[in-house]
Amino acid sequence: MSGETKGKLALYWAASCGGCEIAVLAINEKILDVAALFDIVFWPVAVDGKVRDVEKMPDGSIDVCLFNGAIRTSEQEYMAQLLRRKSKVLVAFGACSHEGGIPGLANANNRRQIFETAYHDTPSTDNASGVEPQPKTEVPEGSLHLPVFYDTVRTLDQTVPVDYYLPGCPPEADRIWDAITAIVEKKLPPPGSVIGPETTVCQECPRVRNEKKIKKFYRTWEIMPDSETCLLEQGLLCAGIATRAGCGAKCPQVNSPCIGCYGPNVGVHDAGARLMTALASVIDSNDPAEIDRIIREGIPDPVGSFYRFGLAASYLRRSKRGNGKAAETEPTAQAVH
Amino acid sequence: MIDEPLRIGVYVCHCGSNIASTIDVEALAKFAEDLPGVALSRHYKYMCSDPGQELVKRDIREFNLNRLVVAACSPNLHEATFRRAAEDAGLNRFLVQMANIREQVSWVTEDREEALRKAKAHLAAAVRRVARHESLQRQFVQIYPRVLVVGGGIAGIEAALTLAEAGREVILVEREPSIGGHMAMFDKTFPTLDCAACILTPKMTAVKLHPKIKLLTYSNVESVEGSVGHYRVKVRRKPRYIDESMCVGCMLCIDGCVFTKAKFPNPFDQGLGTRKPVWVPFPQAVPPVPVVDPEVCLQITRGKCKQGCVEACGERNAFRFDQQETIEEYQVGAIIVATGFKTFDPSVIPYYGYGKYPNVYTSLEVERLLNAGGPTAGKLVLRDGSTPKRVGIIHCVGNRDANYHPYCSRVCCMYSLKLAHLIREKTEAEVYSCYIDMRTPGKGFEEFYNRVQNEGVYFVRGKVADITPVASQGNGKGDGASASNALIMKVDDTLLGTIRNIEVDMVILAVALEPQADAADVRRAFGISCSSEGFFLEKHPKLAPVNTASDGVFLAGACQGAKDIPDTVAQADAAAAKALALIDAGQIELEPNTAWIDENMCSGCKTCIGLCPYKAISRDEERKIAVIDPALCKGCGTCVAACPSGAAKQHLFSDEQVHEELEGLMSYV
Repeated sequence: MSGETKGKLALYWAASCGGCEIAVLAINEKILDVAALFDIVFWPVAVDGKVRDVEKMPDGSIDVCLFNGAIRTSEQEYMAQLLRRKSKVLVAFGACSHEGGIPGLANANNRRQIFETAYHDTPSTDNASGVEPQPKTEVPEGSLHLPVFYDTVRTLDQTVPVDYYLPGCPPEADRIWDAITAIVEKKLPPPGSVIGPETTVCQECPRVRNEKKIKKFYRTWEIMPDSETCLLEQGLLCAGIATRAGCGAKCPQVNSPCIGCYGPNVGVHDAGARLMTALASVIDSNDPAEIDRIIREGIPDPVGSFYRFGLAASYLRRSKRGNGKAAETEPTAQAVH
Repeated sequence: MIDEPLRIGVYVCHCGSNIASTIDVEALAKFAEDLPGVALSRHYKYMCSDPGQELVKRDIREFNLNRLVVAACSPNLHEATFRRAAEDAGLNRFLVQMANIREQVSWVTEDREEALRKAKAHLAAAVRRVARHESLQRQFVQIYPRVLVVGGGIAGIEAALTLAEAGREVILVEREPSIGGHMAMFDKTFPTLDCAACILTPKMTAVKLHPKIKLLTYSNVESVEGSVGHYRVKVRRKPRYIDESMCVGCMLCIDGCVFTKAKFPNPFDQGLGTRKPVWVPFPQAVPPVPVVDPEVCLQITRGKCKQGCVEACGERNAFRFDQQETIEEYQVGAIIVATGFKTFDPSVIPYYGYGKYPNVYTSLEVERLLNAGGPTAGKLVLRDGSTPKRVGIIHCVGNRDANYHPYCSRVCCMYSLKLAHLIREKTEAEVYSCYIDMRTPGKGFEEFYNRVQNEGVYFVRGKVADITPVASQGNGKGDGASASNALIMKVDDTLLGTIRNIEVDMVILAVALEPQADAADVRRAFGISCSSEGFFLEKHPKLAPVNTASDGVFLAGACQGAKDIPDTVAQADAAAAKALALIDAGQIELEPNTAWIDENMCSGCKTCIGLCPYKAISRDEERKIAVIDPALCKGCGTCVAACPSGAAKQHLFSDEQVHEELEGLMSYV
């Protein structure tokens, strides 16, 4: 990326909401600097381009690929493999590619359950003939293909090797710019690193904290927390203690508990497990029945509370196969491209 | 060292045939050769032997090993051995890991195939773990040269005196108003028939007078914090309502009390004697300071009394009706737990009629009756004042009985013989001693048994099945003991081969010794474990009989298991010697498995601070992070588990080490 040759940048989205794409633009006018430094060779959301164009590029010809979204389908898997091959540096961009993110919560169910809900059970579904998406459908004109919908959502690095991670849902504009700068200036941390501070959100949170003793957990709509004291101490399940810093503690500063989108701190594999052990330690009771009550009443959705973003990357990874109705084996990964 | 390529030496121990008879040690050593980082793998008959250790040392030097895995017994036994061997050969002693293939594998299965599979898993776990080990420095802490002795029975008294005579400071805590324990209740001791008081009270007085012993009676240990070498102990001191330092022990207050008659049951006399609201358990009490019972003292219950006691006390001015409970804190380096036993309550055995028939007594009650200082001044009388003419003694009450305690209390046969002897000596009564097996395995015990046999005691070999009253013909008052209050002992005499109904006036139940009612609380306070019957558990039944799982906490006397006075005294001296050895060392090596905070990772969330049971964590307000004092950290890992940011880490238990160990384990199961 010398002054003469511009670098080549690709951006891609897999199982994601699109927020990461917008986040890239949240760097505002600096996007012009990006355009000055890089040729954007592939960015489906903003730039016209075809997959076959990418397929034709020489391997390793893309300098940096910012890849957001988790891997849910065979098509996403194919794109991950393709962009891995074509890119020198592959960055898992945002919570979904980093840790599975919100799509990863689907791992609490399986494909069958998801199809039952989406194509049959919801009140708004009108599907009298019981049609479900099929990877391959024969029509008079030939075969029609849809990507295979996998049983398990995977993170990007469970699919292909990843060089760097930029966490967040979405990543903060400043952190994106830091990453771009680091890439341009070649001041990147060792490969495999998460780009960001190596501490947790509390470090950036101005709230006053004391020794934690929790008698009751509240859901956010149940109380109006004061704006000075640590939200966790007020009984709101704030994940900031177990979540990597870098966001500037934006949520707690507006009275909203951290939901953990930046993932675990460096050296920690499973932020949800960390959060659970920490909370288990500060619940202010020695009576098993009372502890049970405090948890059941205050945390009705433990997976959604502790693993909102991290389920696919966690030790748990997914609900047990064969547990519950209509579990099925993972469909084979035939790229149906 | 850490950047060097791994050169792990693996040693599989046969432990004679302990391991080798179940595990194919050759195959196991061969398996280890292919594990990542393993430079050499051997198997040897006894790794812990000198040649075994020499083998390790030679290999470290010759083959430049930088990690060691020994697959042998529990690390509790030989981890120190191999760490030392490694250090002798110039390797940091913490680059050693043991795989326990004896206690956890060869001793728990006979299936050779399964055993080899499990041993492989353990070995692989150790190899993967040790790869992540780092060199660590040994740490030492100073030991506070003072010993806490809990319990002022003969065990506690003996231990305290031994330590004090060696010039060490002792805090002796006793919950009753006086030290002396059960031994002070006895009249004579078996088999020598020494007067219990004559041999005990000099020791009690010595405790009182010894300048190195601080005696805290009528007090409980409230809490224990810290660890070996520096325990912080809180002692709750119940109010006596009498200033111990002002009281001269004249006992005039007891005479002066407005209650002219002693009408409250004296617990020391097992309720057979009575006492006043101001009282001492027995005349030779140490300290010789009465206590006021706040539940019955008029001044305390009603706030109104003529205070004859205070008047009798006069210018000695020792009474303090406003005295409050206090908590005193002491620092000690070692602790001896000598909390003793209680006797089995036979009222739960319906067919012996204890609590139902007035003339069924426990052995401890009869001890008091026979004691010259007891409620009857040593006269054996029934509850109606008459002297029994026939006495039955039932052995093994609550013992050797699947319904109550399966164990043998070791002392009951002997004290039953002693009671039989004393009754024969003091009265004309016939004595029937009903035993299952006569157990007299101590010094002079069998001789004593022979002697009592010759004194005309009738021995009946058999278990008493039932006690029933003799069917009364009259109005129940009768003309003496045998008329209406007599009892029938129904016993299967296994020597005669017949069921006998023996009529007696008094039945003595030789009750079991069992753990104190609050033994579980005491156990938890001192961090020690217990055996299935609830007695405190020694660290090793043979080789560490007075140590406990908690370093610096030792056991003495019947809290560890039923035993007689000579054994108790011997054990108390052993515990004192162990405590002495510990505190005289001046310092103690700590495992370096302490926790530490990665300062960059800590966000100062304060989750850990309140959790530390040793109060080792504080917050550096300037840097807004948690700080662990390594001198206070005991390496329990609570903060490490709780730390949500992963900033609290622990030497020898890093996430990486534990994960690698698990990975290794899970790869082969």
